[in-house]
Amino acid sequence: MLKIDNLHASINGKEILKGINLQVNPGEVHAIMGPNGSGKSTMSNVLVGHPAYTVTEGSVIYKGKNLLDMPVEQRSHEGLFLSFQYPVEIPGVSMTNFMRTAINEKRKYLELPPLSPSDFLKLIKSKRDLVKLDSKFMNRSVNEGFSGGEKKRNEIFQMAMLEPSLSILDETDSGLDIDALRIVAEGVNKLKTPETSVIVITHYQRLLDYIKPDIVHVLYQGRIIKTAGPELALELEERGYDWLIKEFEDSQK
Amino acid sequence: MNVSNIYIDLFRENRQVIDSGISPILNGCREAALEALQKYGLPATKQEEYLHFNAEELFRTDWGMNLGRLNMPVDYAEAFRCNVPNLSTLLYYLAGDTLVQSESAARVQTAEGVLIGSLNSLAKDYPELVGRYYAKIAKMERSGIAAINTLFAQDGLFVYVPDGVVVEKPVQLVSLLQSKVDMMVNRRILVVLGNNAQLKLLLCDHSIDSRNALSVQVVEAFVGSGSQFSYYDLEETHTANNRINELFIEQQADSSVELKTITLHNGKTRNSIFATLAGKGASLNVDGVAITDKQQQVDNYTYIDHKVSDCTSSELYKYVLDQESQGVFAGRVLVREDSQRTVAHQTNRNICLTRSARMFTQPQLEIYADDVKCSHGATVGQLDDKAMFYMQQRGISAAEARTLLMLAFVDEVIGNVKLEPLRDRLRRLVEKRFRGELGHCEGCNICK
Repeated sequence: MLKIDNLHASINGKEILKGINLQVNPGEVHAIMGPNGSGKSTMSNVLVGHPAYTVTEGSVIYKGKNLLDMPVEQRSHEGLFLSFQYPVEIPGVSMTNFMRTAINEKRKYLELPPLSPSDFLKLIKSKRDLVKLDSKFMNRSVNEGFSGGEKKRNEIFQMAMLEPSLSILDETDSGLDIDALRIVAEGVNKLKTPETSVIVITHYQRLLDYIKPDIVHVLYQGRIIKTAGPELALELEERGYDWLIKEFEDSQK
Repeated sequence: MNVSNIYIDLFRENRQVIDSGISPILNGCREAALEALQKYGLPATKQEEYLHFNAEELFRTDWGMNLGRLNMPVDYAEAFRCNVPNLSTLLYYLAGDTLVQSESAARVQTAEGVLIGSLNSLAKDYPELVGRYYAKIAKMERSGIAAINTLFAQDGLFVYVPDGVVVEKPVQLVSLLQSKVDMMVNRRILVVLGNNAQLKLLLCDHSIDSRNALSVQVVEAFVGSGSQFSYYDLEETHTANNRINELFIEQQADSSVELKTITLHNGKTRNSIFATLAGKGASLNVDGVAITDKQQQVDNYTYIDHKVSDCTSSELYKYVLDQESQGVFAGRVLVREDSQRTVAHQTNRNICLTRSARMFTQPQLEIYADDVKCSHGATVGQLDDKAMFYMQQRGISAAEARTLLMLAFVDEVIGNVKLEPLRDRLRRLVEKRFRGELGHCEGCNICK
């Protein structure tokens, strides 16, 4: 599905990612943890093609293609989805219009005809139910005036609509209460198939209680310093990152 | 030679031709106009209000004027349909300044006393009525445009709605520019609403060929107590068309007015609005949208005079400027000393899509009363990068994302158009404009 090899990336001349190696196979759930400023969000932004970041070295192969060569929208059409840490408000663009445009642009890329209005409405209805998003949101501007929880549910709703092969959830748990967290996590789990993969970026074990990872990585100073099974997340919850960082720094000496 | 003198000489040489066949009401104002033009002249760029709009250069062009009122036979209704689906209007055409009555709207004289038709012809038949209002608020001492327009005015549209009468159908006036030579067209519109009357007026400016042209139009609107007036001014002309439009409006107590000025496609345009809130409780809403690219220029100037207390005015102008185009907004709100409890809000928001697009904005509040709620704000910026990226991540192409954001941006004004079929039509036109499908006039058979 995804193979990241020695990825280096910088923003405004400052190097943030310093050689990431990561392989995600179909059906796997990876968790990426790490202290603040370790490069977690940078990694997700680089993968989806945020224009502010420059890749200086390394490669990313996604479904056998060079991901870094693709424009942002093509990465999306190819099934890459990012659930934003801070979903953007777009005043004046209704959710319906936004989703219809997104779906139909993807269909155009896949050489499919646009969805008929009635099929589109049916699709919306079925996906809304998944994250318990009220129909009134569809007539509102994208994310405008949505609460923190509504915004995150809206991210998962969009994920459901676009049916990605690889989803990156960037701190989807931040700002969520327990109920919203459960709804969001259940949504993600329902969308999970043996062919699709998920990368969960989080600070806390809490989300991983709901979305069970197969592999847990710890990112520190732009590198993955530890990779292990789900038990690592529990250990981190208990002991923090210090011991890992010390271990890493000792090994660098 | 001073540019005003060109027209003063032209007037003197052709006085007889100009007066011939024209109502004494129109002819009777020419001396005062001549005096004003001699004294104050045409707008010059050294005047602050015309700093960014070179009217002098436009007037210096050697325009032809159809002062002899030669008939230029064209089947306008056939050549052009300014079609607003689901909107039935009382439709009139102005070819140059000559009113061409369509079948659906011959001169209207209803039992209730509504008059709609040629200004010249109605001024002949109702001299007292027209004379009471004509050239009364188009102040020639403050505007050389009003002076030159009054000097040469021969025809245009007159609408009269008596007390208590509601004109259900919107009145639509399609102004067409067509000529075999470079032309200056001088039009005059007079609108009078009595007390508790209602009228919706839709003006559509179009060109049907690519000759250079200058249209000079002055609109005077009197809105009586408790009346409601909607005025939609849509310009969609060729880049060779230049337009100077001045609207003078006076509102009496508890009247409510909605003015929308929308420039979809043009050459160089200057729109001025001089509004006077003359009766307590009057409310005025002045909005505008300008969408420009190439070398287009749109200059909107508004002057709102809160002459008495307890009036409300709100303004929202939005510009989207692409390529090398230029926009100007200058809005002045005057709140006089005794105009307590005035509410006046003014906003101008602009997006420059390129580094070479230019926007000049100058909000001005002049407040002498102390118990008022007034605000103004102006911004010039670019499309929101974050929103662009968010949409692209969802698979929306950069071009489509831009279009969606621009549509959303101007919809704050378009979405407020009260006349629903017109609102839908405008949305479609704006979308076509942003998609680059509006290089020629929409709906016109000649350009296609």
